[in-house]
Amino acid sequence: MNPALLRRGLVYALLSLAAFISVFPFYWMIIGATNASADIIRGKTTPGGALFANAATFFATVDAPRIFMNSAIIAVVGTALTLVVSSLAGYGFEMFRSRIREKLFALLLLLLSIPFAAMMVPLFVMFSQAKLVNTFVAAILPTVASIFIIFYFRQATKAFPSELRDAAKIDGLNEWQIFLYVYMPVMRSTYAAATIIVFMANWNNYLWPLIVLQTADNKTITLILSALTSAYTPDYGMLLFGTVLATLPTLVIFFLLQRRFVEGMLGAVK
Amino acid sequence: MAQSGLARSERINGWLFVMPALVLLGLFMIYPIVWSLWMSFQVGKGMNLSFGGFANIQRLTKDPVFIRALINTFTFFIVQVPIMITLALLFAVALNDSTLRFRGLFRTAIFLPCVTSLIAYSTIFKSMFAVDGIINQTLMALHLIASPISWLGDPFWAKVTIIIAITWRWTGYNMIFYLAALQNIDRSIYEAARIDGVPAWARFRYLTIPMLKPVILFTTVVSTIGTLQLFDEVFNLTGGTGGPSDSTVTLSLYIYNLTFKFMPSFGYSATVSWVIVLVVAILSFLQFLVARDRKVKSS
Repeated sequence: MNPALLRRGLVYALLSLAAFISVFPFYWMIIGATNASADIIRGKTTPGGALFANAATFFATVDAPRIFMNSAIIAVVGTALTLVVSSLAGYGFEMFRSRIREKLFALLLLLLSIPFAAMMVPLFVMFSQAKLVNTFVAAILPTVASIFIIFYFRQATKAFPSELRDAAKIDGLNEWQIFLYVYMPVMRSTYAAATIIVFMANWNNYLWPLIVLQTADNKTITLILSALTSAYTPDYGMLLFGTVLATLPTLVIFFLLQRRFVEGMLGAVK
Repeated sequence: MAQSGLARSERINGWLFVMPALVLLGLFMIYPIVWSLWMSFQVGKGMNLSFGGFANIQRLTKDPVFIRALINTFTFFIVQVPIMITLALLFAVALNDSTLRFRGLFRTAIFLPCVTSLIAYSTIFKSMFAVDGIINQTLMALHLIASPISWLGDPFWAKVTIIIAITWRWTGYNMIFYLAALQNIDRSIYEAARIDGVPAWARFRYLTIPMLKPVILFTTVVSTIGTLQLFDEVFNLTGGTGGPSDSTVTLSLYIYNLTFKFMPSFGYSATVSWVIVLVVAILSFLQFLVARDRKVKSS
């Protein structure tokens, strides 16, 4: 057999296997939402008739509207604040150079490698002293300034044509108007990619909300699902139904912004 | 006069743009980090802390759960990161071939696991890896195993399950970084090498790998940090215990338990968290050294 053709076949086989393994758990999740827990544990891979029963159990166990609203508030407010604060900083670090700020930026990159575990205890003490434990403010604030996203915006700003800024200055715009009316529209791919990354991180955030959101009515869907999973005999039908609902928002955002996401990533790595 | 006014407004604007981020990072990152370093030298329960010198560090050396957690974290790191980086590179190189059909489809499929939350996929994996579950059934049908494996009940297989789960979740994410970097490589270099008769594996070894080195280094460092902070998956796959019998407990999980489950000992848990900081610092430094060393050899 032709070796080039054989290699080609191997590549397709490898990629198909990888794609199958990547997608199968999604299929499993959706099928699982329609099956009873006992059938799921027995490995049934065909749709069943328990969808409505699972939905009923889920909505009876979880105050879904409230919990999803909590998740949405935290994720949307957190994402919007992160994008504003971090893009301002990324733009500022790149456009206005000073020796002190370059040193500060280098320090931030060093901090990037410090794990969250090292801040978690003092952060919790800080918020309990400020009497903010169990509030959305506490859940959102520490996530707003993201070094990774600042770095990402600074890298992307390197590709922002400085002629545009000069032209806008001649037209009489001040620095803030330039940022709002020139930079933000031009960089929309970068914003789209950052939106995907930050929204997913916020929607799926677990450890900090687990520590700081303590009463059931303030918890996010991620926390509630986790609590239900660790039951001694979890009801997988109901759980996988909840998992489908919890995964939908990130899936929708991903597919809506996917094209821009790839563009945005390419822009940042260049 | 006008010139100095302009320079001053540049200076002020330069600070104003970065100020919100700097204030927030100072408050919610730098201050807690410095505080936790201070805490790590204190002993006592709850907020009744007193200076204990190196007492916490001595306690570390005699704490069997800490040593277990350290070994487990290293096991996850040493086994999982190389597997994931290799797979991600392999997929990226395969998908970078512009004559390949269904590229977009493959790319989206392999990236898809990243959109699931750590909790969602823990639930999915927990149900798939049940004793009578789909994974055991498939393996038995293929005659790969004779009797079902107790995936989450056995100390060894529990580690394997966690490694499989993390690899599933993060390979596509790393692949996207490599794909982006590969698309910036000038194609004519490959054309020239092919015309000169350089075989495919040699093109991969001597062209692709060296050119991707900065990205590989970046993703390796990020993955190292991620693995050393491992928490969500272990917490959820093992029902918050790191079991069976501490066989999957990680450093982050132990810190969480020390702070929020057992009698809170903030000082000691801060000490454990600084072990992670030190390990990350040392490993990142070593990775940079290795990367530089290779460059010297190849030139």
